[in-house]
Amino acid sequence: MAFEESKQDRILHVLNRLAFGPRPGDFERVSAVGPERYVQEQLHPETIAIPGDLSERVNELHTLHMSPIALFIEYQRPINEARKTAKAEAGGDKAAIDKTAIKDATKDLRIRQRIVMREAVEARMMRAIEGPRQLQEVMTAFWFNHFNIFAGKGLDLIWTGAFEETAIRPHTFGKFRTLLGATAHHPAMLFYLDNWQNTAPGSPGSKGKFEGINENYARELMELHTLGVNGGYSQADVIALAHILTGWGLPKGGGGNGDGKRMRGDGGGMAGGEMGGGGMGGGLFPFMRRRRNFMPPAIDPSGFYFDESRHDFSEKTFLGHRIEGGGIDEGEHALDILARSPATAKHLSFKLAQYFVADDPPKALVERMANRYLATDGETRAVLETMFASAEFWDPRNYGAKFKTPYEYVVSCARATGVPIRNYRPLYGTMQMLGMPLYACQTPNGYANTQDMWLNPDAMMMRLSFATALGSGNLPLENPPFEEDANSGSGGEMRPEPPAVMRNGGGKVNINFDPGKHGPKMTPPDPAQLAATLGEYFSPATANAVEASPTNLRAPLILGSPEFMKR
Amino acid sequence: MSKNLQDPAACIACNPGAATPLSRRAFLRRAAVLSASGIVLLSPHAWAARSLDSSSKRRLIVVFLRGAVDGLNVVVPHGESAYYDARPTIAIGRMGAGDGVIDLDGYFGLHPALAPMDAQWRDGTLAFVHACGSPDPTRSHFDAQDFMESGTPGVRTTQDGWLNRTLAAIPGTHGPTEALSLGPTVPRILSGRVPVANIALGRAAERPMPMDRPVIEAAFDKMYVGNDSISRAYRDGRQARMRLVSELTQDMTEANAGAPSPQGFSDDTDRLARLIGRDPTIRVAFMALGGWDTHVSEGAATGQLAGHLKPLAEGLSSLAKSLGPNYQDTVILVISEFGRTMHENGNGGTDHGHGNVMWVMGGPVKGGKVYGRWPGLSTASLYQERDLAVTTDFREPIAAVLRSHMQFSDAQIDRVFPGRPRMSSNAAGLIKV
Repeated sequence: MAFEESKQDRILHVLNRLAFGPRPGDFERVSAVGPERYVQEQLHPETIAIPGDLSERVNELHTLHMSPIALFIEYQRPINEARKTAKAEAGGDKAAIDKTAIKDATKDLRIRQRIVMREAVEARMMRAIEGPRQLQEVMTAFWFNHFNIFAGKGLDLIWTGAFEETAIRPHTFGKFRTLLGATAHHPAMLFYLDNWQNTAPGSPGSKGKFEGINENYARELMELHTLGVNGGYSQADVIALAHILTGWGLPKGGGGNGDGKRMRGDGGGMAGGEMGGGGMGGGLFPFMRRRRNFMPPAIDPSGFYFDESRHDFSEKTFLGHRIEGGGIDEGEHALDILARSPATAKHLSFKLAQYFVADDPPKALVERMANRYLATDGETRAVLETMFASAEFWDPRNYGAKFKTPYEYVVSCARATGVPIRNYRPLYGTMQMLGMPLYACQTPNGYANTQDMWLNPDAMMMRLSFATALGSGNLPLENPPFEEDANSGSGGEMRPEPPAVMRNGGGKVNINFDPGKHGPKMTPPDPAQLAATLGEYFSPATANAVEASPTNLRAPLILGSPEFMKR
Repeated sequence: MSKNLQDPAACIACNPGAATPLSRRAFLRRAAVLSASGIVLLSPHAWAARSLDSSSKRRLIVVFLRGAVDGLNVVVPHGESAYYDARPTIAIGRMGAGDGVIDLDGYFGLHPALAPMDAQWRDGTLAFVHACGSPDPTRSHFDAQDFMESGTPGVRTTQDGWLNRTLAAIPGTHGPTEALSLGPTVPRILSGRVPVANIALGRAAERPMPMDRPVIEAAFDKMYVGNDSISRAYRDGRQARMRLVSELTQDMTEANAGAPSPQGFSDDTDRLARLIGRDPTIRVAFMALGGWDTHVSEGAATGQLAGHLKPLAEGLSSLAKSLGPNYQDTVILVISEFGRTMHENGNGGTDHGHGNVMWVMGGPVKGGKVYGRWPGLSTASLYQERDLAVTTDFREPIAAVLRSHMQFSDAQIDRVFPGRPRMSSNAAGLIKV
């Protein structure tokens, strides 16, 4: 019996830490293979089959599989062109240009553009809630947060999903250097941390928006992505790294059809494109207007472009290494140095152990993980293996001791009920109300995952309100919501409205738990099944309160129980 | 309004259902796990570790005008002809002209839509700090609001807001309604370790939450009985919610019994004033108003900006009145992320600029004065030859309020604004001592 109870504890522990909590049937599945085997399976996601229905629905999210350049051409260029036309109609008379008219002219296109964000959110949520490769989903969220970008900033509105899909997701278990390189080359990162403007002063390409050094990315690359804030670098290293990364940016002209084919830059290309998403700044491809017969270089569909004309080719000293002026190779060399640093090994190990083991992770464990990192030249899977095999990870005192973040709470609730979800808005709105909207963390350090950042009285009231609404079957989750202003002539086409990505506190929140407004309600979760899904692990106070309540109150109470606030 | 407020929990209350056993299997006790988490949960950062300093009722209200209000048309330098040259269609008329400025000191004048606040100016409880703003050069709303709320211009990694750190710097326990945010979510400026009570703006404030049902509350009450921090957070949240709900319910009754209440902002400021009147533990409050990004058709004495300023002035003036005696212990700051271009653009509006004006109101304010160092509007004195320069860092007047009104030490102020500039402007004397 004692053994059984301990095995039950271990099953729940792996489901809480390597997954976003149990789905119906998970407890039995892990029990059959044993928690240790489950860990091994999860470390090798390619061995776990994805249900056909889920991969079909992910495949239907077509913007998820588009390159950054294709996304730009499809969803941003039409807005830029409509803007240009509206301006041209004003006859070049600057005073006659009415910004309201321009706004009106681009309104439908901007609404159309929002599908990109909606699909990114849906892809993330449906995989996290239904996907069997749970550790892959946990690690995708972890690394996205580590390399956080903010979808509310300009072009990142269309590039955030692509960033996660190509720069993060494929590299979750591999070499950290590969992951680091993928993020460093991605236009979403180069845009978010301003490196696309980082220019050697006095270089041939230095003009207009590209006037000088922008050290934003260089600083965060060391402070957040690799070495850590006390990682032993100086301001001189920040400046040296910024110089090394001059010219790492976005295509400066011309167009492509997404497969790298050359096209004439004027007219059909991306000439004169302006940044979208709120008019925050100047042109993305600023030289095209002036250079009529300019034949652009082939555009890399990834959206990365190294502009030699803005690069500083002088020799640099970076973290004690001499780096010869050699163009783009200097940046690759610098990334090698950063990825191999013991400070990076320690910083990443600390963050992983804090996420998977405890808010204040055991130092000895962090050290062993860092050593494994250095011994394997930064293999994430190896570092995870060391952690999952450790006595610290399996210490019962760490079980159920992590307070769930709003994302983890919402996803684990959705998983536990097993509701087939087709409308993600209520879930997104709840995360937003709880202060953790997906893809909308403004600061580059991402969201914290410790209890002291998330536990507060108001948040508890909101969590319990969400638990009450979900547990009573009062969230419209099962059907895609009607677009409220949908054209009735289209036969009531079901078009899910995208969740809003907005400034924290700067706009209206789309959730009000009001079932009448957003279509039919869902089937209420069955409390007995819910309790079984969660392994019937409840404290006496919770068990008594649940047992003393009428049936239709039980699911809300289980989802709102103190035990379920933790993982 | 209740008919479209279908509370999801209502159906449960109406239809309690037949009790059936939850499960055939017994609930297992996870004694080891629970006792272990008890240790982890006693975090030194938990709010309940402090004890309330109830001797002080001094409080601070911050109103954020999101979108960058045109400060040159709020407190108008009507003594400068350059102002009139730069704004042929949107300048506010000189003193004495119909719809002209309300003169303040012979050099500056108030936008005529701010007439309701003239009373506070004359009774010496309203001051302004002109050419005030952030040292960071950004003209992005996103970055500038972020910096003004984090209180650390140029530093992007600060996660909490300066208003939350203000509370954190006050020794003692922080009760559940000590910080009040009016809006859809807790904003950046109030995010952080100290708990924040949040109520929605407008009529949404009166909307019940799904768990505001006695039967549900009673059941949750039985679960959250422990001495762990999650249970304590729950009980604090319940207390705050009960207090706010009862106060808001009372509000509704009063509003329905009397004349129709004014719409919009003054509704919210009146509600805030009543909450403060009933709940002396409220120490800081925050609300944000949008619609100031006047790139097009800004208008002058009338028009878009005037249409936004008027309800703001009515709301602030009404707040001053409805605070009653509490006005003597309250300072209200009105801030905005940056100012707007000095020159009017081709669309009868103004674009993103730099320096702005900060409003400071309340009993403790040494008002009737425009503080700051006026840089002038000649092309040479403009920032980048286009915007009003910033001669007073926005943290300086706030630091003065913290020092003289909230009675903070330098060390406490440094915790609110790490790395703040040393005081160099006359804004140090903003508060009566």
